[in-house]
Amino acid sequence: MVDMTTALGSMVLPNPVMTASGCAANGQELDRFFPVSDLGAFVTKTVMAQPRSGRGTPRMAETASGMLNSIGLQGPGIDVFVEKDLAWLKSTGARALVSIAGTTAEEFGDVAERLAASPAYDAVVGVEVNISCPNVANRGLVFACDALSSERVVRLVRERLPSGTPIFAKLTPDVTDIVLIAGAAIKAGADGLTMINTLLGMVIDTDLLRPQLAGVTGGLSGPAVRPVAVRALWQVTAAMREGRLPTRPLIGVGGVRTGRDALELVAAGASAVQVGTATFNDPSAPRRVVDELEAEVARHGLVRFADAVGIAHERMARP
Amino acid sequence: MSGVVQVAGELIATRRVGAYHHLTLVAPGIAELAHPGQFVALAVGGPTSANLLRRCFSIHRVKPSGTHGGTVDVVVAAHGPGTVWLTGRRAHDPVDVVGPLGRPFPLPAAPVPCVLVGGGYGSAPLFWLAEALRERGCHVEMVLGAASEDRLFGVVEARRTADGVTVTTDDGSSGRRGWVSDVLGEVIDRAGAGVVYGCGPMAMLRSVTDIATAHGAVAQVAVEESMACGVGVCMTCVLPVTGNDGVTRMVRSCVEGPVFRGDRVRWDAFGGGICRVPDDALGAPREGGH
Repeated sequence: MVDMTTALGSMVLPNPVMTASGCAANGQELDRFFPVSDLGAFVTKTVMAQPRSGRGTPRMAETASGMLNSIGLQGPGIDVFVEKDLAWLKSTGARALVSIAGTTAEEFGDVAERLAASPAYDAVVGVEVNISCPNVANRGLVFACDALSSERVVRLVRERLPSGTPIFAKLTPDVTDIVLIAGAAIKAGADGLTMINTLLGMVIDTDLLRPQLAGVTGGLSGPAVRPVAVRALWQVTAAMREGRLPTRPLIGVGGVRTGRDALELVAAGASAVQVGTATFNDPSAPRRVVDELEAEVARHGLVRFADAVGIAHERMARP
Repeated sequence: MSGVVQVAGELIATRRVGAYHHLTLVAPGIAELAHPGQFVALAVGGPTSANLLRRCFSIHRVKPSGTHGGTVDVVVAAHGPGTVWLTGRRAHDPVDVVGPLGRPFPLPAAPVPCVLVGGGYGSAPLFWLAEALRERGCHVEMVLGAASEDRLFGVVEARRTADGVTVTTDDGSSGRRGWVSDVLGEVIDRAGAGVVYGCGPMAMLRSVTDIATAHGAVAQVAVEESMACGVGVCMTCVLPVTGNDGVTRMVRSCVEGPVFRGDRVRWDAFGGGICRVPDDALGAPREGGH
């Protein structure tokens, strides 16, 4: 038996596997395939202050070992979300990691405040601050591309949430130095970081010779981006181990399809792992990865999952 | 959301039918839950496939039990890497199946005459629907259309299942030369139809809706939107549909559909191969877009 519990700051989860925001809706769809309360946490689709239609279609393009999506943060708005979706998650006993966003820093704060005021708030084990969705009309609004903007958003959210609620800033790898952005988010009060969001990409329809997505560009996800996630986790973990950044827990996300994939992110430094695009291929994937990851940890003779976190940093071959 | 299962299925028969492939899969548990108009989502390429997205197919028919257990039949046109992989499978190859998915065709409470319109292999679910309607005492007419004779699906089955069948082809290689929309009005009038069911390309569903409405019938159309997951989590298969409250929303065709009342679909948003978000839709983009 492996002890699969993981601590993300003050939040202790029975296992380290989660859904990824935007890849699992808000739980009821996947609950037909496995109880979502089996997961360490259920990460909800990013919610904003108001209802939002998202973009036109086509919104999706399949790519080699991945896909582009251009949803545009479609959602019901925070009020309907807490009343319907969060209440449902609470009724199942699931632990909700709620992903929030805004078009301005103030909107992030507003969403956080309305979430904290909801009757179902005790189902919330943390808040993931999505400062890195690439599918926004104004690229200047990808807060995580800029250290100052990241800091302002995280600080506002921190102020509006009870101090006991851990907050995780979700970062994009589409930056020159992810350690710099990670540092800004931690300085502003993030209890941890989620890495990575999708990478901005584009597909041309070679029959029509025009962009395949109605929104022109989209976010690249799937196994194709896993090495980018491993790299980002590695760089930020290395900076923490070297004392260049305060130590905070990391949630790894990007291209996880199997327990072996999850272990790769864990060994690079992730204390928890989200399963995203693989869910489209296999709706049971998040639940399956819970068992597969446990088997992987056991295969290495470890009795505690926590002992595998960042282990690759200690096993570097020295020339 | 209704019952759904994910099963490790097995292909037991595959045969060419004109331009298409007719696949029979052993997939226990699906037949008992399924109704006409629902679909299955098939994984392609095996567990390490580079093609992650499921391919969704309208259920052609189901058999709850047999020598192999419950089976599901689908009709596939091989036009991309996923469908080429599927049609290259041999008997006894494994195929992961999720289903039944989506909302079925609603059946009329009274035995009203109905017209079933299929474009190309979009006709696949209509024979099963025709049987269900005739069991309720409905008079059933079918209209099948395609570009050419080899792209028609199920003409023989239609003659066996329906009270009347009209065939059209663009090139005149079978039936009447022209489109299903050229004959639909007169078929509705002749049958005195109250409901028109349609399945096929979006442009055809739009004209089916227009003609049905003009001839006093309600159109129920099964839309074709590209899907990544089929189960309601990816948000890619949306289209603008007006609800009972008069509000237009971008709704998922895999969960809220694929069958919609034709007059509720915002056909005005479709054009040039894309679908825009209508300005009056709930949460539509303001200046600058989403």
